[in-house]
Amino acid sequence: MIYLDHNATTPLDERVLEAMLPYLGAFYGNASGLYRLGRLSRSAVDTAREQVAALVGARPAEVTFTSGGTEANNLALKGLAFSQLPGLIVSGATEHPSVMGPLRLLSTCGWRVETLPVDRDGRPDAAFLDDVLGGAPRFATLMLANNETGVIHDVASVGEKIRERGGFFHVDAVQAAGKIPVDFKASGAHTLGLSAHKIYGPKGVGALIVDRAVPIEPLLHGGGQEQGLRGGTENVAGIVGFGKAAELALAELDERSSRLMALRARLEAGLSKLPGLTIFAERAERLPNTVQFGLSGYAGETLVMSLDRKGFAVSSGSACASGGGEPSPVLTAMGVGEEAAQSAIRVSLGKDNTETDVERFLEALRALVL
Amino acid sequence: MSDVSVYLDNNATTAVAPECVATMLRCLQEHYGNPSSKHRTGEAAKRETLDGRARVAALLGATPPEIVFTSGGTEGNHQAILGALAIAPGRRHIVTSRVEHPATLALLRHLEAQGLRVTYLPVDGQGRLDLDDLKASLTDDTALVSLMWANNETGVLFPIAEASAMAAARGILFHTDAVQAVGKLPIDLREVPVDFLSLSGHKLHAPKGVGALFVRKGRKLPPLLFGHQERGRRGSTENVPGIAALGVAAELAATALADSEIRIARLRDRLESELLARIPGAAVNGRGAERVGSTTSLGLGELEAEPVLDKLDRAGIRASAGAACTASGTEPSHVLLAMGLSPEAALGTIRFSLSRYTTAAEIERVVQVLPEIVRTCVAEAA
Repeated sequence: MIYLDHNATTPLDERVLEAMLPYLGAFYGNASGLYRLGRLSRSAVDTAREQVAALVGARPAEVTFTSGGTEANNLALKGLAFSQLPGLIVSGATEHPSVMGPLRLLSTCGWRVETLPVDRDGRPDAAFLDDVLGGAPRFATLMLANNETGVIHDVASVGEKIRERGGFFHVDAVQAAGKIPVDFKASGAHTLGLSAHKIYGPKGVGALIVDRAVPIEPLLHGGGQEQGLRGGTENVAGIVGFGKAAELALAELDERSSRLMALRARLEAGLSKLPGLTIFAERAERLPNTVQFGLSGYAGETLVMSLDRKGFAVSSGSACASGGGEPSPVLTAMGVGEEAAQSAIRVSLGKDNTETDVERFLEALRALVL
Repeated sequence: MSDVSVYLDNNATTAVAPECVATMLRCLQEHYGNPSSKHRTGEAAKRETLDGRARVAALLGATPPEIVFTSGGTEGNHQAILGALAIAPGRRHIVTSRVEHPATLALLRHLEAQGLRVTYLPVDGQGRLDLDDLKASLTDDTALVSLMWANNETGVLFPIAEASAMAAARGILFHTDAVQAVGKLPIDLREVPVDFLSLSGHKLHAPKGVGALFVRKGRKLPPLLFGHQERGRRGSTENVPGIAALGVAAELAATALADSEIRIARLRDRLESELLARIPGAAVNGRGAERVGSTTSLGLGELEAEPVLDKLDRAGIRASAGAACTASGTEPSHVLLAMGLSPEAALGTIRFSLSRYTTAAEIERVVQVLPEIVRTCVAEAA
C-alpha cells in the first residue's frame, strides 16, 4: 500500500515510538505520584512540553496537553465563550468540523456567528472582515491551513485586526504544524490548536497553546493537571511521543518541506496532463504536501475505492467529515459546483513518500481515467 | 534504569500489560490509519476499534453500541454529568456523595456556582452510604444521581445495584464512576440498571489517555466533543492504539477476574493483618465495609504519612497518601474526613493498592520493612 493520505493521519515515526516505549513499559508512573516513578513521568511530560512549545515558538507554560486536535479546538472555543457574556464570533468558512461543532452549539446559547466568505481559491475575504469587525466580535477563529485544499490563511493579519478591536483569536494549526513554520506570537493567536497524529506522533494526544493572560473555562475540571486547565491523568507515553514528533518536525522542517514541494510539483505536472482535471485553490498559497483535484465526469468516492484496490490510499476529502455522500463543505464554500465537488480527490504526501510513489500513483490514475 | 521495586499504587495507575503493549505496537506500526478513511489502511484501523469495543462491552455485560470511547475517566465523568443535565431539561438538582473523585467534585462545585443544586450524601465511619439517605434526597427536580462504585482511597463499595434501581424507580438518571471497580469485581450491566458508567484504561493495565463511557441503549447523551466519530457521541480521530489496548485489557481482566479477585484479596488481607499486628496504633479505614479486594487505607495514628512514604520509596516500595490526583501532600483527604477521621489522622494515612501482578513476596517485603520505618519515624517525630 502506498499511503498518500497524510492529512487524515500519519504513520508513527520509528524514533517517536522508541521515545514512547519506556513509558509504556517500566516507566508507567502517574505523573502526580510523589515517588520516583511518578517524578520520572513528570519530568518526561515537562520535556515534551518544551519540545511542543519550541515547534510553535511558544513558552512551555503556554502548552496544555489534550486528547487531540478536536479537544484543543473545543477547549479554545467553548473555553473562550463560557468565560464571558455571549456576543459575536467571527469564523472562517472552511473550518474543520471540530471548530464548526462548538460554533453550532454556541449559536444555540446566545452567540452570533459571522462567517468570513472565501474566494474561489479558498482565501478569506479581507473586505468582509473589516465589515464584521465593526460588530466588535468577542473572538475570531481561523484555521492556519485547510485540511482538504491545503490553503494557507493569512492568520496574522486577522489576528492583528481582531486584537486591535479587543477581541481574542483562536488559530487551528492542526494541519499546518510540522508542514510550514508556525509561530504562536507572530500569528496573533491567543490560543492555537495542535494534534500529534498529523505530525508522525501517536493518536490520542494534542495540545492547546494558551496565552495565560486569556480567561479560558476548562472543559475537564479537577485534578489540577495542566495548571488547572485540563483535568485527567496525563497520557504520559502519548505526550512523550508528541514531544519527540514535535522535536523532529522542527529539526527536519526545511528538509521535509522542500522535498514535499518537489514531489508535489512532479505530481501536479503529471496531473495537469489529464483531461478535465482541475486543481482546487491552485493559485492560493498551499501546504507543500497537499493537492486536491477534481476530475470532470468521475465520482471521487469511486475513484478512491478503485485506487485503494490498486494499492493507493488517498481520500475524497476530509476523513473527519466522512460518512455522508455530501459534497465537501470546504469546496462548496469556495463556490465549486456540486458535481465538481463530488469528483474531488485529495492527495496528501508524507515525508517518507518517494518519486516512485508519485509516478506509480500517476500511472494508476491514468489507467483509471484514460 | 529498571528500578526494581514493589509497586503498590495501582489505584493511581497500573503497569501496562505486555499483551496491551503488543497490541498498541501493532496499531502504531501497521494499523496506523484513520478509522474514518475509506481505504484499506483506514479499514484496518477501524477493525481494531470494533474489536476493542466488543471486548469492553463484554467485560461489562453491555452491547458494543453502548460503549463510547473517551480520553479517560475524567472525560467520561464530565460527559455523563453534563450530558445528563442536558437531557433532563428543567431539572436542576444532582445527588452525589462526599467521597467522590476530586475531579467530579470540582465539576459539581463549578455547576453549583452556576446555580445547580447539589446534595452531597454523607458516609458513615466505615465509608458506607445509607440508602435511606439517598431515598430521602431524591426530588422531582433531581436530574441525576452520580455515585462512585468503588472508592479510590479506601476501596469501599457503594451499593450501586440498589441505588441505581432506586433512581430508576423514580425516573431519575443514574451515573456511576466505576473507574476503581472495573476489572476488580464482576460487573454485569444487564443486572444493574445504571444509565451511564465511566471507566479508565490506565487503572486496569491499559495505557493512559483512553477510557470508555457506557451509555445505555436509548439514552441520547450529547457529546462533549463534536464530530461524527463514536456515532456522534464523541468527535475526534479515534485513539486506535489506546482503544485496541483497552479492549485487550478488558479481555485479560475478564479472564483473570475469578482467580485474581480472590488471590489479590488474600494478599491484601495478609498485608493488613500483619501490619495491624506489628504496628501499634495502626488501623484500616473502612475495614468493616465491603471493599474491593485490592485496596488498603492504613492509618498510622497521628504519625505523618509523608516521611513514611519517603522512606518507603527509598526502600523501593511505592505507595501513596490518599489520591494521587490531590497529592499536593498537605491537604487531608476529603474521603477520610467524611468518614469522621480527624485532619491529623487523615494526614497519617497510607494507601496500598495491589494488582494482579502483585506477588506474595512483595507483600512480605512491605510487612518486613514498614514496621521498622514507622518505628524510626515515631522516634524522629518524638
